[in-house]
Amino acid sequence: MKKTSFFDKAGTRSVLASLVAILIGMLAGGVVILAVGLTNPALGLSGAWEGIRLVVGGLFATGRTASGQLTFGFNPASFGNMLFRAVPLIMTGLSVALGNKAGLFNIGAPGQYLAGTAASLYVALSVPTNVVPSWLVWFVALLAGMLAGALWGSIPGLLKAYLNINEVLACIMTNWISANLVTWIFDISNLKNMLEGTKSGYIYKTSTIMNDVIIDGVRQTVGAAVPEGAQVVATRGGVATGKMGLDQLFSGSQVNAGILVAILIAVVIYILLAKTTLGYQLKACGANRYAARYAGIQDRRNIVLTMALAGALAAAGGALYYLSGNTEFFWNTYQSLPGEGFNGIPVALLAINNPLGVVFSAVFMSMLQICGQKLTELTAYNEYITNVIIAVIVYLSAFMLVIKTWIGKLRSRKAVDK
Amino acid sequence: MPFLIRQTLVYAVPLMLVALAGVYAERSGIINLALEGIMIFGAFMGVLFVRFVQQWGWFEPAYVDKNYLSLQFFCFLAMLFAAAMGALFSLLLAFAAINLKADQTIGGTALNLLAPALVLFFIRLIANQNTLNMDHGDAASWFMLKKSMFGYGRKQEMGFLGSTFVDKVYVATYICILVFIIMAIILYKTRFGMRLRSCGENPQASASLGINVVGMRYAGTVISGALAGMGGFVYVLTTANCSANGDVAGFGFLALAVMIFGNWKPGNICGAALLFGLFKCIAASYSTLDINGDGVYMLKNLNINTNIYRMLPYVITLVVLAFTSKSSRAPKAEGIPYDPGKR
Repeated sequence: MKKTSFFDKAGTRSVLASLVAILIGMLAGGVVILAVGLTNPALGLSGAWEGIRLVVGGLFATGRTASGQLTFGFNPASFGNMLFRAVPLIMTGLSVALGNKAGLFNIGAPGQYLAGTAASLYVALSVPTNVVPSWLVWFVALLAGMLAGALWGSIPGLLKAYLNINEVLACIMTNWISANLVTWIFDISNLKNMLEGTKSGYIYKTSTIMNDVIIDGVRQTVGAAVPEGAQVVATRGGVATGKMGLDQLFSGSQVNAGILVAILIAVVIYILLAKTTLGYQLKACGANRYAARYAGIQDRRNIVLTMALAGALAAAGGALYYLSGNTEFFWNTYQSLPGEGFNGIPVALLAINNPLGVVFSAVFMSMLQICGQKLTELTAYNEYITNVIIAVIVYLSAFMLVIKTWIGKLRSRKAVDK
Repeated sequence: MPFLIRQTLVYAVPLMLVALAGVYAERSGIINLALEGIMIFGAFMGVLFVRFVQQWGWFEPAYVDKNYLSLQFFCFLAMLFAAAMGALFSLLLAFAAINLKADQTIGGTALNLLAPALVLFFIRLIANQNTLNMDHGDAASWFMLKKSMFGYGRKQEMGFLGSTFVDKVYVATYICILVFIIMAIILYKTRFGMRLRSCGENPQASASLGINVVGMRYAGTVISGALAGMGGFVYVLTTANCSANGDVAGFGFLALAVMIFGNWKPGNICGAALLFGLFKCIAASYSTLDINGDGVYMLKNLNINTNIYRMLPYVITLVVLAFTSKSSRAPKAEGIPYDPGKR
């Protein structure tokens, strides 16, 4: 029996290809920073060097000394925020990865993410928590979000399966419909933040406590403090993801147990794809829809199911992010789609559609976001450079597979020559 | 009514130009999902060009003298520049899709991510905000046609045709229509166009007749990039007061839908684009829309939520696609990397 060497394994080669993509992406970002620094006298070479150091190690940046030197060290707030921001990316990444495995390019993650966000916020803020325990409301809200996402995802699925409409186009259209629909729902709802007068265009945080009271026969909503003589009808809000001590580990950050839920879901999806019949059928449809049908697999049902599952995953990302209790949702979404949805695409591609790999690539992406934030805070550069890096990585991953098969051919030819 | 027609054209013309861009790429065998990104890039480059030329003062005398002809020439130069930059940007897609045989959907998505990122990065550095405007003045005072230019006074009416097609319009819109017609004729009535289309149907057969498939696919993608870049600039010129903010509100994707709806044929695309333009126009200005000129805002009085109008173009796209998908005829070889050895 011949033993395959470590570098001949397909898995090793995939991971190597991803690392190469990351490296080239970072290099491209560095080149842009350097070019801008050299042409801009206000920044110069030293400014460019600061920028490059922050892009690579922004996670460890702790600020500047009095003399203006950048300082680096363990920054618990950055670490915690990295984990917190990774949650929606893991979920949308899983959504896109699942689609890719089944041969469907789910570019509809932004719309599904929005649908999930809206449904879970609606439930979390509407169910009276003086009747139903808040942990149950949290759970129901998450499920409601996932259900909404599943429904939303199944629309392009149905169109693809029964009418053979390209899923990319259908997804893009449903994205914008979702953005408008969500705006509409919140526009006519009573969940717009009115208690904090300075905030317009935001929905209440789920942790806000609202009391529906009757004062002099008029029903109105007040905050946690109930004025005298008012009769409390219902209390809403106060729903938030548990912290499980993570906030003490990473003080000053928004991290909560959502990251654990996300990892758990990633493991479930991994098992689903690798160990179950359903997973096998989905992958078979992805490899060749017509061959799968010939083998007795219901390809149409599987396409719809895949899109529904993918929708539920992306929606769970939105739900987990906004159910944290310390994030606010800007409801006027009709002009732009959430970046978390689109960033699921690079996350999935970088992880070569492996559900467990998605966790790592999502954490990497959110680390890049933290780096971009530090770059904006500490230098004259801005955070969009990290998006450039991500785009370059996606560009490279478009022909990663091609390069990998090319390497494979090269090696097998060598073996024949021997 | 003049307002409705004018505004519809403002939305419809960039849409059909970009849809034709999609046709050029797909007819040569390359799926160009990057239309949105190329539009964003072209829009940014066009605005940047206008801004720099204004700073250099080349057309300042013409502006002061109100020499409209040379200002229109300035606008035309900006369109050409945007087109050239769009073509340059699309080379990234062409290289990945043709030379490296990459997944064209992912490659296009990469460009769609890259364009807003790059554009916003530079806009922030240049303007210290998220929007890049003209250096001074506004698009209307520099590039728009007005009735006063033709000797009409403030109170005088230009008549129906005049107030629809001359007053308060951009010449850029008509240049786009002209470009659309010329490029459609090239694609259908010339040897070059015929060869390009053959590469999207059966590239191996084309190669056997001595056609350079790789060259044709490059040509298709680059022309596509040029048209999309020009369309992007004209879009922000006419609807966003010549300012770039790294976003064209899904217009590139809408153009793809128009292309499919129009069954990859210029005539049908024209009709589809007008339909979408009409809905976009209604969504943008239904509350002040006076259709038959009796001073009654009919659509506003219907009391339908704004969001429904905003949603309509996308919903209609889906419905129409659902009904026409059976008869749609996409180029056979689109999205498949060219492999000379395959039969």
